[in-house]
Amino acid sequence: MLLEVSNLAVDLMGTAGAQRIVSGGTFALDEGESLGVVGESGSGKTMTALALMGLTPENARVSGSIRFEGRELTGLREEAMLALRGDRIAMIFQEPMTALNPLHRVGAQVAEPLVLHRGMTREAAFDRAVQLLDHVRLADPERAARAYPFALSGGERQRAMIAMAIGCSPRLVIADEPTTALDVTVQARILALIDGLRAESGMALMLVSHDLAVVAGHCDRVIVMYAGLIMESGPVEVVLREPKNPYTRALLEARPQPGASRGRRLRTIPGSPPIHHEIGAGCPFAGRCDLTIDICRTTPPPEVRFSADRLSRCHRAREMGSLNMRTGA
Amino acid sequence: MSEAPLLEVVDLVKTYRLPRTSPFTPHGRRPALAGVSFSIVAGHSSGIVGESGSGKSTLARIALALDKPDSGAVRLEGRSLFDLPHHELRALRAHMQMIFQDPYGSLDPRQRVERIVAEPLAALGAAGRAERSARVAASLEAVGLRASDASKYPHEFSGGQRQRIAIARALITRPKLVVADEPVSALDVSVQAQALNLMSDLQQQAGVTFLLISHDLAVVAHICETTAVMYRGRIVEIGPTEELFGAPAHPYTRELVDATPRFDRPTRVAPAAEGRNGLETTGCPYAARCAFAQSRCLKEAPDLEDLAGRARRAACWFPLT
Repeated sequence: MLLEVSNLAVDLMGTAGAQRIVSGGTFALDEGESLGVVGESGSGKTMTALALMGLTPENARVSGSIRFEGRELTGLREEAMLALRGDRIAMIFQEPMTALNPLHRVGAQVAEPLVLHRGMTREAAFDRAVQLLDHVRLADPERAARAYPFALSGGERQRAMIAMAIGCSPRLVIADEPTTALDVTVQARILALIDGLRAESGMALMLVSHDLAVVAGHCDRVIVMYAGLIMESGPVEVVLREPKNPYTRALLEARPQPGASRGRRLRTIPGSPPIHHEIGAGCPFAGRCDLTIDICRTTPPPEVRFSADRLSRCHRAREMGSLNMRTGA
Repeated sequence: MSEAPLLEVVDLVKTYRLPRTSPFTPHGRRPALAGVSFSIVAGHSSGIVGESGSGKSTLARIALALDKPDSGAVRLEGRSLFDLPHHELRALRAHMQMIFQDPYGSLDPRQRVERIVAEPLAALGAAGRAERSARVAASLEAVGLRASDASKYPHEFSGGQRQRIAIARALITRPKLVVADEPVSALDVSVQAQALNLMSDLQQQAGVTFLLISHDLAVVAHICETTAVMYRGRIVEIGPTEELFGAPAHPYTRELVDATPRFDRPTRVAPAAEGRNGLETTGCPYAARCAFAQSRCLKEAPDLEDLAGRARRAACWFPLT
């Protein structure tokens, strides 16, 4: 296993005490595999990604175990993490305009990890950066390398970010909503590019997204998160076809489907996601869930395992097959 | 009067001046709208899709007379917005409202919901205090909030509820036309469904007609009977939504449909390379990106023409259907 995470928890220290925003995160990722992490805002998906990168905010405390290439990352000193980050693990952020430094040329930024991790001279690294920009199929890579980020379009900036991430041939790339700010046509091209890079280099991918459909097309397995908990995980096509968790099912039904008839009632989820301090003893989805029974409000949902890599955290997971009433999609 | 379409947009042209690249060069110009015409019949909501920079938001602003075109006309129930005296335009604004994308940025955090929702009434100089409160309450209830919510501040609501407040504000003047620019794209999936259901209800129960602008084809298909696809300031295809997305005639529509992620099949990527930003003066604007372009496409720009035997128009020399 390339990455093994077990019982990952992230607590944010605030004036009101600690708030647990990710809990019980257990998952694994093999070489060359792609894992989708899906959830709505506040579900803890980004914080999970940041924890793997050692980039959680100052007031966050990470506990549990993150084993990457057999090495424990939690509690690793910052210098050791620096050596890994950008080299063995790289991250692609949502908004390349804020993730790129506006005052440095794109080429120099793409070259940076090569200077840092490979000891290349700035000149040699810059030449390599031009090759990398060409590799991510940026039109006119020479020009792009000399340009400042503002001069590139959103799609071009995201390609530059990807070039920066893959420069040192990382074994794991974490992409946090890499295409959310982009047009659908550009999104399709960027995701196809990431797929291609993964196929040729065998890197593993963790794709964080709010969009189940994006994950459906580009990942082998999926984790569905809600209020800091992994509600369901398993192979993508199985989870989408036959969700074993009411939250996953609700997400699938809430989205208007291309080709569905106009004005058809969409499934809504009453209420809104809980704020962390509101989560009581039971299931965080209790109350919003149409399958809520008494035990949901009082007892944390158990992990119900359906197969080695298929898990649902729900008191009623085993009934889900017979309760499936999904239409369309 | 009843024969006139609710909204009619005729040959709109709008060009924005770009900043100079150096003090000695003239300003560049970027056409945001290059001759856009369409009309909306009351009760038949329309959608506009297209990528960023296609001119769809410019069109929305001009349709509501929030911005002036270089040339062309906008008519609401037959009355030309840019030819009206100021006070008449102001009165006409009661019939057209806007919902913005960002439910956080479009509500003043220091004002109570009552004042936010009543704002269009105040701007129109209508209604006494008692009537105002009654209408705020009615408007809040129409979007599924409580009348008592009027005394709260925006931060006390979730994202989805805030978008409802924005919709309640748009509804308070009982408008016939509501222009919604990406009304649900900032919302989480579960909350987005509530907003879309609400928009469907308003169409059926309050007789609201939407001009919905979105990059999300599924959202447009959910609300709109007719859809226009824009590319670089032009409508390249327009027709009944279901038919348009089911069997696109214009290669750009097809590219959009193929690129939309869905559960039942992988997305398809158009074979052509990402377009350059150069604005060709001759030929079809999409030709540089088009996988089906032939020599004629590079020389002559196609007009928006009826497709034989269909209630649809497309600007393409070689339509796909």
